[in-house]
Amino acid sequence: MSGSEVVIVGGGVTGLSAGWWLARSGVKVTVLDKFIVGWEASGRNGGGASHYSSPLFDEEQRLWPQMDELLGYPTEHQKGRILIAMTERQWEQYRFIAERHTRLNHPVELLDVKQVQEAVPLAGDNSFGGVHYKFGGHANPQRSVQAYAWALQDLGGKIVQHSPVTGFETAGGKVTAVKTANATYGCDAVVVAAGPQIPQLMAQLGVNVPLAAARAEMIITEPAPMMPLGGVDGHKIYGRQTLRGNLAYGGGPHEWLDVDATGPAARPSTPLARNLAKRLAELLPKAAHLNVIRSWAGIIENSPDGRPIIDRLTSPDNVVVASMSSVGFGLSPASGHAIRDLVIDGKCSFADIDILKLSRFDNLESDWREKRGWMPIS
Amino acid sequence: MELNFTGTDICAINGTRSAPETHYDIVVVGAGPSGVAAAIEAATAGAKVLLVDENPVSGALMGNDIPLYFGGRMTAATQNTERMLEAIFMSMPALETAMDAGVELLLGTTAWGVYRNGPGVASLPQQVVGLADSERSWLVGFDKIVLATGARDLAMSFPGWNQPGVMGAAALQMLLTRYEAFAGQRILVLGSHDLALETALLAQARGIDVVGLIEVRDAPQGHSELVAKVAAAGIAIHCGQTITSATGGINGIESATLSTGDVIACDTICVAIGLIPSIELVDAMHGPRALNATRGGYIPAGEPSVTAVGDCAGLADSGFDHIAYRMDWMRALSDISADDTIICQCEEVTRADLIGVQPPNYLSRPAPMCARSLGTLLEDGPANPDQIKRLTRAGMGVCQGRRCRDQVAMLLAIEADKPFGSIPLASHRAPVRPLPLKILAEWDEPAEMEAAWDVWFGIPTQWVPVEDLNTPYQDEHREMLYTGMYT
Repeated sequence: MSGSEVVIVGGGVTGLSAGWWLARSGVKVTVLDKFIVGWEASGRNGGGASHYSSPLFDEEQRLWPQMDELLGYPTEHQKGRILIAMTERQWEQYRFIAERHTRLNHPVELLDVKQVQEAVPLAGDNSFGGVHYKFGGHANPQRSVQAYAWALQDLGGKIVQHSPVTGFETAGGKVTAVKTANATYGCDAVVVAAGPQIPQLMAQLGVNVPLAAARAEMIITEPAPMMPLGGVDGHKIYGRQTLRGNLAYGGGPHEWLDVDATGPAARPSTPLARNLAKRLAELLPKAAHLNVIRSWAGIIENSPDGRPIIDRLTSPDNVVVASMSSVGFGLSPASGHAIRDLVIDGKCSFADIDILKLSRFDNLESDWREKRGWMPIS
Repeated sequence: MELNFTGTDICAINGTRSAPETHYDIVVVGAGPSGVAAAIEAATAGAKVLLVDENPVSGALMGNDIPLYFGGRMTAATQNTERMLEAIFMSMPALETAMDAGVELLLGTTAWGVYRNGPGVASLPQQVVGLADSERSWLVGFDKIVLATGARDLAMSFPGWNQPGVMGAAALQMLLTRYEAFAGQRILVLGSHDLALETALLAQARGIDVVGLIEVRDAPQGHSELVAKVAAAGIAIHCGQTITSATGGINGIESATLSTGDVIACDTICVAIGLIPSIELVDAMHGPRALNATRGGYIPAGEPSVTAVGDCAGLADSGFDHIAYRMDWMRALSDISADDTIICQCEEVTRADLIGVQPPNYLSRPAPMCARSLGTLLEDGPANPDQIKRLTRAGMGVCQGRRCRDQVAMLLAIEADKPFGSIPLASHRAPVRPLPLKILAEWDEPAEMEAAWDVWFGIPTQWVPVEDLNTPYQDEHREMLYTGMYT
């Protein structure tokens, strides 16, 4: 497909990674974004990259340590994670996860309270223990998203910002062009990776993609002394110490929302910052005096089973739809590769991703959101 | 195990939040003259009124130029909270009037966020303001909130500005009048509009040696009567000039060099070029705001339930174009600044790295990174300070961008060759004042919050390892890790 033209709808991390992978294969790529690349959840997340539940996991793990070099720009990727249990129940759960990892040959080590304190200087003596993942890691979402965008441009790809997609032109069972308010982009293939806006866009092609959007929030502190390993979480919050030293953490209850075709109306953070602060102060008691200097929120979509949808449609047959179902950032090196394979070869070359097919929802009840309680508060 | 859906997502926010501790008809934020007057008026009319003011703030906050640009020039007296409280009451007799009128007054109490249901959120039991003192934080409900948060100093960078003794006019006025706690003796003032002229006269009246005013334009900018008073006081206004550098030692500023080459000895350089209406709370709640050049910058523009009074509603409109004036200063200072002049003090971002959109120096800069710049970024779309902030870290520090956000926006406008108004306002985020984790924390949160708390969405099928699907491990995984989200 070298020399053919692929239009990617959505300049989030998934669309940008897909564009970068396609550009590496000599495809002419144009990424259309409604605003600025990575402006939504792709640039507002915990930066974790340890998704053992995914069929893309091995590829995620293989690629992250190489990404700075492959992209040519810093991503701040750091290897390893430590989960700290702050309750008996959490300790039971984390040991269960550790056993699973051992069985799946993912290297982990159990830490007792003293070892936790040695490995995590901001931790106290109040934990039940920890699990050190010798795999996985984390990166800086905002920097990584821009790195993909720049790397894609360096390979000749185009990024068109401030250009929401308004529709498609189809002929002969294929999408032949993607339209924005100001231009029409002819194409040989399309990738729709527009996050919460996917359902409305795909409805224009007569395809039902069941996704529901919700808001999640994070807090960030002033810099703390650097810990040997930044990927420290547990206690039912997720996050990391950035390479600058800030603690950035999220978790807790989400709020289901309706998202317009134009995207989220706003991304307000709420007093949930107080509940996050409580848990972070418990997790890292020696950081409890640190100032919180920001909070923020992001809007993310989930599929009915919480797993991604990465699929090349049968009709129109030159469209790949990709929603990472609220877990997109960390998996992005691998999701882009999978999407590239589907666009070019029709099949993922490195993993069996059949469980990510859209057709698994063919018989989904129409009131699936109501049944799950995934409705906005009225 | 089949999933049986109950119609309820127990990990959703619905019904988990605490109700506010108390409720007032009116909460007034800021006990300056406008805020106190609004509180007295409301209380006299029979309303239940709470008046809060963050002052006196801690020495640690003052050291980070919060809320004003103190430049490290406060005396040790500001460390004494009792003395500071007394100073506030002495300087504001109207506070007693307000209390007599039935206003509940809380000093040393910060309003760090205002929250209400609206776009993107419908889960709040009612609209609330987040408050905090030195012990704890809490939420207060209100029918109406009056913001009287005043205006903060516009900081401007030049070589050597990042040392003690470079400070703002509002901070200097507060130290001179309210607290009598200014540590300098010999000041040079930048600017010649009313703010600069009034500050110079005040400082001289308080026994400070005012060595002169520097004006980048060709003539003094303020009201002619004030200009005449400054002349009569024997204070020189050096027009058509700028500061080119400041030098200092362990105690900060010792001298300033002007574009004429003249060197002026001083221990303080007071940046009196402008004040910025303090709209953090409105912007952080996604309230509407509009740029108004004759009123000092972005001002609130019609948020229901929120009334802005005093300087935070906009500086008094004398027809003077504050934005054009600041931009003239910014161009002049930009011309004389070196590549390594710091713009963001907290994150030590230099002018060159800001314009080059380069990452902080603890990251590597491979060749493709070095080839990027604001220029290449502008090919993709208009300059956005939030995007620049994420890449360079300018504005991401503990001062929450108070010292650099306005300069960054002006520099972007200059470099992009666009009007200032075309550069979006960098977003403000709650908490709008730095708040320690242990203070912000809701230690006594409702049990419903903990019951709903999951690290992510609590979707049991989301995290089962793909190898375990359709094996007994799948059910075990769900049972162990999910507490019955779907029974």
